[in-house]
Amino acid sequence: MAENSNQDTNVVVERLRAWSPNAISEVIEFRGETTIVVPRNMLREVAERCRGDKDLRFNLLSDATCVDRYPLEPRFEVDYQLVSIPRRERLCLQVRLSSSDPVVDSLVPVWPGANWLEREIFDLFGIRFNGHPDLRRILMPDDWEGHPLRKDFPVEGYRDIPSIATRYTRNRT
Amino acid sequence: MTIQSETSTVETATGKAKTMVLNMGPQHPSTHGVLRILLELDGENVVKAIPDMGYLHTGIEKSCEDKTYSQAITLTDRIDYLNPLGNNLAYCLAVEKLLGIEVPKRAQYIRVLMVELQRISSHLVWLGTHAIDLGAMSVFLYCFREREEILKIFEFVTGQRMMTSYIRIGGLALEPPTGYLQRVEKFVKMMPGRIDEYEELLTGNRIWIGRTKGVGYISATDAIALSMTGPTLRAAGVAYDNRKVFPYSSYEEFDFDVPTRTDSDCFARYMVRVAEMRESLKIIRQAMKKIPPQGPVRTEAPGIVPPEREKMKTEMEALIYHFKIFTEGFSPPPGEAFAAVESPRGELGVFVASDGSPKPLRVHFRAPSFINLQALPTLIEGKLIADVIACIGTIDIVLGEVDR
Repeated sequence: MAENSNQDTNVVVERLRAWSPNAISEVIEFRGETTIVVPRNMLREVAERCRGDKDLRFNLLSDATCVDRYPLEPRFEVDYQLVSIPRRERLCLQVRLSSSDPVVDSLVPVWPGANWLEREIFDLFGIRFNGHPDLRRILMPDDWEGHPLRKDFPVEGYRDIPSIATRYTRNRT
Repeated sequence: MTIQSETSTVETATGKAKTMVLNMGPQHPSTHGVLRILLELDGENVVKAIPDMGYLHTGIEKSCEDKTYSQAITLTDRIDYLNPLGNNLAYCLAVEKLLGIEVPKRAQYIRVLMVELQRISSHLVWLGTHAIDLGAMSVFLYCFREREEILKIFEFVTGQRMMTSYIRIGGLALEPPTGYLQRVEKFVKMMPGRIDEYEELLTGNRIWIGRTKGVGYISATDAIALSMTGPTLRAAGVAYDNRKVFPYSSYEEFDFDVPTRTDSDCFARYMVRVAEMRESLKIIRQAMKKIPPQGPVRTEAPGIVPPEREKMKTEMEALIYHFKIFTEGFSPPPGEAFAAVESPRGELGVFVASDGSPKPLRVHFRAPSFINLQALPTLIEGKLIADVIACIGTIDIVLGEVDR
C-alpha cells in the first residue's frame, strides 16, 4: 500500500518536473507523506496544474495551514493539503516565506474553498495573500493587534491587569 | 466586524425596494452555538449572507504548542465536544505517524468501536436539534434518550461521559472494564428499532418533507470546490469517506457501505445521516466480534507510552520511563505529519509539526464544521429566511470546532 502511493506521488513529481523544471524546489518524503516545496512565484501555477492536469486531478483542497519557525529563516511555511478524490491520493504543497515579506499568491481562484482557510492564516499568522477576494480577520476581533499564532506572541497574551500570582504576593507583603 | 448600515436596492416585482440587514445571532437557539450571520433581506428573501464567528475562539492550537504531546490530548476533547473520541483518535494518529509507531490490533478495534458509538451519538444530537429547529419536538426527546445510553457506555468504559481523553498516543488509556461488550450488545440490539421510530416520525412526515425537500441545494462540483466533506458531500453524490478512501485504524477490515444520495438537499442529508447510523451499528457489531478478549491495549514503546502500573512499581527502568514521560515528555523526530479521520461532520484532519523538542511546534486542526460552514452563503442566498434555519442545521456545525 505504502509502496503504491510512493510510486503514484512520483508520478506527480514527474508530471510537474516535465511541465516545468523550476516548479519544484524540493521533495520531502516523510512517513509515507509527500510534500512538494514550490517556489513562491510558481505556487498558483503549480496548484492550477495539480487541479487541472488529467493525470493528477487534485480536486479537493483539504486544508491549508502555516508553521512559524521563528527565529529561523525562511520563517513561515504555508502547507496546502490536497486530495484527489478520483485517484485516492494525498499531496502537500509547501511554500516558504521570509519574515520580511510574508506575501504569497492566493489559491482562491483555483479552489474557492481556500477562502476561509487563507483568512485564518492571515488572521493568526499575518501572512497576506495576493488576489484574495476578502482578506479580513476571521477568528480574532477586528481591532486585535498582532497575530496570536506567531511564535513571538506570548501564549498567555498581553495583559494589562496583573496576574493572579502577582496579586497574591502583593497582598501578602 | 461592523454592520454595514447602508443597504442596497433590489429589483422586485413591484419596482425597486430597499433591503434591510438583519443580525441573526450570536445568541440564537437555532444557530447551534454562538454563530452570528448578517443577513441582507429583501422582504423574506435572503440577498446576501455573511457568517461571522470567533466568539468561542479559545486558542486551542496555541495552547497545544505550550503542552507536551500527551498533555495536548485533553484539549482535543474540547474542540468538537460532540465527538471527543474522534478528536482524540485524529490527534493520536497524527502523533503516532510522526513517531512511526503501530498500535496493537486489539486497541485499534476498540478505537473503532468507541468512535462508531460516538458517531451515532453525534448524529443523534444532530437529528434531535435539527428536528427541534424545524418544529418536531418529540424527536429531540427520543434522540437524547438514546444518546444518554451511549454516554452511559462511555462513562462505564472511559470514566467520563463527554471529555473522555480515552484514546492515547500508542493505544488506549485503560483496559476496558469487564462486561462492557454486554452493554454495547444491549445497545446495538435496541438501536435499530429506535432508528425506525425516528424515521417513522420524520421520513414520511409532510411537514418535515415540506421544510427539507429541495431546500439548501448545492451541486457536487460546488461542494468539492468549496472543500465540503462528510455527509453534506455524500448527499451530493460523491462517495468520499476517509474510512474507505484512506483507511486508518483497521477500517479496511470492516464491511460497510458509504451511503450516498444525489438530491443534495436537506432531506438527502438527513437520509444520509440516518443511513450512516445504521452503518455504524454494522461496524460496531463486527468490531465486537473482532476484539480479542485478551491482549495489550498499548503498544510497547519505551519512553513514549507509559509502562503498566505493575511494571512501574516493580522495575527500575519502567519507573524511569514513567517519570520521564510525565515530567519531560518525549521528543518525536523533526518533521510534519497530517492524519485525517472521518468525523461525523466530515474530514477531521490533524497536522502536527515537530522540531525535535518535547512540545509540538504546531498543531493544526482541519475542522470540518469550519470548512463546511463556508458553503452556507451558497446554500441560502436567494432563498427564504425560514430555510436559513434548516440549512444551518443541515450542515451540522459545532461552534467549538468552528472557532477552536
